[in-house]
Amino acid sequence: MKPGTVVRIVVLVLLVAFLVTPQSFAFVFAPLTHDGQPAIYTQNSLLNLTLSHIGLVVAATLVATLVAVGLAILVTRPSGAEFLPLSRMIANTGQTFPPVAVLALAVPILGFGSGPTLVALFLYGLLPIFENALTGLTTIAPDIEDSARGTGMSETQRLWQVELPLALPLILAGIRLSVTISIGTATIGSTVAASTLGEAIIAGLINSNLAFVAQGGLVVGVLAILSYDGLRALERRFARRVGAR
Amino acid sequence: MIEIEHLSKTFAAETAVNDVSLSIGDGEIVVIVGTSGSGKTTLLRMINRLIEPDSGRVLLDGRDTRDGPAYLLRRQIGYAIQGHGLFPHRTVGENIGTVPKLLGWEKARTAARVEELMALFQLDVATYRDRLPAELSGGQQQRVGVARALAASPKVLLMDEPFGALDPIIRAKAQADLRAIQRRLKTTIVLVTHDMNEAIALGDRIAVMDQGHLLQYATPDEIVVRPATAFVGELLGSGERPFRLLSFRPVRRFLETGAASGPPIPDSATLRDALEEALWSGRDALPVADASGTVVGRISMATLVKQAARHG
Repeated sequence: MKPGTVVRIVVLVLLVAFLVTPQSFAFVFAPLTHDGQPAIYTQNSLLNLTLSHIGLVVAATLVATLVAVGLAILVTRPSGAEFLPLSRMIANTGQTFPPVAVLALAVPILGFGSGPTLVALFLYGLLPIFENALTGLTTIAPDIEDSARGTGMSETQRLWQVELPLALPLILAGIRLSVTISIGTATIGSTVAASTLGEAIIAGLINSNLAFVAQGGLVVGVLAILSYDGLRALERRFARRVGAR
Repeated sequence: MIEIEHLSKTFAAETAVNDVSLSIGDGEIVVIVGTSGSGKTTLLRMINRLIEPDSGRVLLDGRDTRDGPAYLLRRQIGYAIQGHGLFPHRTVGENIGTVPKLLGWEKARTAARVEELMALFQLDVATYRDRLPAELSGGQQQRVGVARALAASPKVLLMDEPFGALDPIIRAKAQADLRAIQRRLKTTIVLVTHDMNEAIALGDRIAVMDQGHLLQYATPDEIVVRPATAFVGELLGSGERPFRLLSFRPVRRFLETGAASGPPIPDSATLRDALEEALWSGRDALPVADASGTVVGRISMATLVKQAARHG
């Protein structure tokens, strides 16, 4: 087994162990506390916070993927080409809005809770996936497009059998970027009462308990690294299949 | 039977194909030859409607190709291009089976057809069927490309510079293989090339194009002996002409009686091969053997010289 794989497995095992029995790791965080503060955040179980954190990211990324890839497909069809500038604008706007601003604007409409965070993550995740899908769908080698047409594939068949499979590694790269950004960004959702690991961090900041901040931050960091890594491995597998020609 | 009637196509301000008419008989190999920008590829691509003509029409066995959707037409016409255009994410077997799959053949039938074609193109099924195109050599990729074009047994095969990406040795073999396979399958082939040698080697008839116009449409013999315009002559290369004449005449048509010494040449060789051999070995005549190796006659220098002359 490669050393990298061993490290990944060890990190994953440690993460799960910590989330299931956080108290057994109290000794690690105790030095960060003072005046007898608790070393482990217990208002909510860290495991539940992590699961709902992941849930928010997955839900937002799924919707962002569907919308972004859908838009990219639409604007690369001859009939949809005129929507290209508009779609670019929507995706770019999503990226320019600071997530905090989205939260602030969404709370009056959606109320406190997970809703505003979902919207912010969705908007923030759109652009990387859209741009990558667009690149993937528009850079297919002309002789392959030509063959697809020449063998008698209809437009739909070309999309599903040639264009999307060949664009898949790039689309996955976009999803990877989007997921990594979202895992970090989701923490600020806790400022408007979304249940994420941000809760532990914010509690730590309010009570000046460095241990809470550290455990929240560490779990978020490890989640981001592991998912980045996992998605990249998946992407490479597909990229190899699509192959250097 | 392909009848091309008054086809024209203009891109922006440039006329790519200008009022071209020609008809191609069943089982013929017609080579469209011309320089780049002559409109040869545009003409080819209008046959399977990858490009829609501005005016004129194409009849395939008497039926206008514009009846019905273009993608259905293309499933009946094989199409092979330079650089093969294989789908990189599909295995060799899946690539060859593309059109049968589109036509909804049963899996077993497609698999059998794929194996048959791989055997025909000298690709070992066990070794190559499940490989990806990137794992093949250029020559193998090209053969897979042609096999894919032939998968659904189309009556017509269109080829756009199919051998353009191959080195000269593999190219000569690919041409010979294509010729042999065509003789066997009786497929009508329309092939585009800029290479007059390739045109003469493969074509039953050659269509010479320049700046969108069809300059001459005739047998290789006719084109070499009586080029219609100065441009056609230029394409042929004037110094090469006697050798070109020899290169498409088989020895078996010019057998003489009598004996000759030395090793025989096969009767399937061209007069050009015979001339080379005679000059190289310093003989005045060569014995000619048939496929079984029996000497069936001879070919003399005098005949070779006579056949190389303009009105030979």
